[in-house]
Amino acid sequence: MAEPLIRMQNIRKSYGRVQALVDANFHVNEREIVGLLGDNGAGKSTLIKVLSGAVPLTSGDIFIRGKKVTLRSTSDAIAQGIETIYQDSALVTQLSIARNLFLGREPIKPPRFLNRMDQEAMNNVARDLLKQVGISKNIPPTTPIGSLSGGERQAVAIARAMHFDSDLIILDEPTNNLGVAETQGVLSFVRSARDSGHSCIFIAHNIHHVFQVVDRIVVMRRGKVVADDIDPKKTTVTEVERIITGMSDKEIRDAVADGRPSH
Amino acid sequence: MENHSLVQRLIARPEFGPFVLLIVEIGVFWGFNHDFLSPQNISNTMAFTVELGLIALAMTLLMTSGEFDLSVGSLFGFSPVLMWTLFNGGVTSLEMGFVVALVVAALIGLVNGWFVTQLKIPSFLVTLGMLLVVRGSALFITDGFPQRTWSAEGSWLAEALVGDFFIGPFRIYMSLFWFIAAAIALGYVLTQSRTGNWIQAAGGNPNAARARGVNVNRVKIGLFVLSSLMASLAGVISSLRTSAANPNSGTGYELEVIAMVVIGGTALTGGRGTIIGTVLGILILRVMRNGIVLIGVPGLAYNIFIGAIILGMMALHSWLERRHQAGT
Repeated sequence: MAEPLIRMQNIRKSYGRVQALVDANFHVNEREIVGLLGDNGAGKSTLIKVLSGAVPLTSGDIFIRGKKVTLRSTSDAIAQGIETIYQDSALVTQLSIARNLFLGREPIKPPRFLNRMDQEAMNNVARDLLKQVGISKNIPPTTPIGSLSGGERQAVAIARAMHFDSDLIILDEPTNNLGVAETQGVLSFVRSARDSGHSCIFIAHNIHHVFQVVDRIVVMRRGKVVADDIDPKKTTVTEVERIITGMSDKEIRDAVADGRPSH
Repeated sequence: MENHSLVQRLIARPEFGPFVLLIVEIGVFWGFNHDFLSPQNISNTMAFTVELGLIALAMTLLMTSGEFDLSVGSLFGFSPVLMWTLFNGGVTSLEMGFVVALVVAALIGLVNGWFVTQLKIPSFLVTLGMLLVVRGSALFITDGFPQRTWSAEGSWLAEALVGDFFIGPFRIYMSLFWFIAAAIALGYVLTQSRTGNWIQAAGGNPNAARARGVNVNRVKIGLFVLSSLMASLAGVISSLRTSAANPNSGTGYELEVIAMVVIGGTALTGGRGTIIGTVLGILILRVMRNGIVLIGVPGLAYNIFIGAIILGMMALHSWLERRHQAGT
């Protein structure tokens, strides 16, 4: 099997005496949407925080395309092509769409010593990107994020990850507090991200949303990955819910078509 | 949103409220007393206005980044005292004393920024502490007495900072040009440069900015240094113009400057700032101070009007903000 895009091996993370992750093994392949499921406290958000550089791991290894990496901060992770999109925290509401898209990487108009942003170029790219992720309404790129809806904000964050060639886009609860139409919008942004060559990790409480969009489901329980090869086309929501809430390992083996985790 | 007419867009701008207020203010004072717009009164008002204004311009950027600086008033008093003490004692030339005062101011800004960003102490507490340290130092080195300042005549430094000349009946000080240059430069930085984008992001959502690789701490430290430098420069200019270096001068300026900035439409909580608004805010407060004296309101009642203006403008800004959030 080809080396996956991301491979996390024997990840341990403890907060004092609390073991949040116990030898968790997890991988994401190229051009794949992985749904990460688990009950509250199962360890999925800790796993994501480790992968996005937000918290340091206690022990274990992370590989990107087979190369071992150390992620000390979120900007480390972004530099390695891992972009995490939390529902509200990723954007500056006072700034426009275009200024958010290019925050920290603003193109400069010559002469360089004037340090002047090329706002025209930023607006043009922003306009194209909004079209690409499928925002149908005609929103000018100079609109401040503060006046966008929750779904539109997600779209801007996804568009930014796509534009800066993030290999992996992590979406933490992207459909929380969204209406039905907006949720469908976000799901289609995720699909268009995959279709243009990006991988995604999709975390959501609503299993139905996960089923609609992912290629593979991974389930965590008590700090471990207990199933990592569930094909949403070959299983049912009820089946996955039973895995999330916990059954014996033997029952899990029977329930999951392809058996043991491969890493 | 883009279909709104030019007039509607103009009204929606945060600077629109302050602009109208300034016009009304000038109109009312002129109606009461035509001397209000006399060349002499305008010249007098402008001389001190631009000195406070220099501090307010730097404060605008600092507040946009989500911090503020209460130590500016004390630096306004301390820097000229330091410069004159060095000069009078024969330690340095006046120019060298000025450079030393600026370097010390920059260090004070650096310390403010370091406490705020590295020790994560709110800027309110850090700069309040610094206010007392700096003011205390000014009082200590002077024993509380004003410094001798009579010998600045003919110094090129004095000429460059406060040299004056007449355009028609208007007496213009060089400091006016420094103020205009600073306003243009800082307005450019805030709206056109990538640094401005970082300043706004640092105030609006520092975590998002950090995640994008923006060095939020460096931005804030830089702005604390700028704020201290401008307060120091303003203090020296004021001292050269009035031939006075009083260790107590600048007391209370920090709050007047912050009031100017918020009246202009810069958010106290950070993320949004406007240099044009600040220039209007500066003029509103200084015109008010001048005008109410001119029309015969007792000077002691001045703060009643200033307070009322601040409350009124805050109500207007919050109303506009809510309209804006609602997408209308």
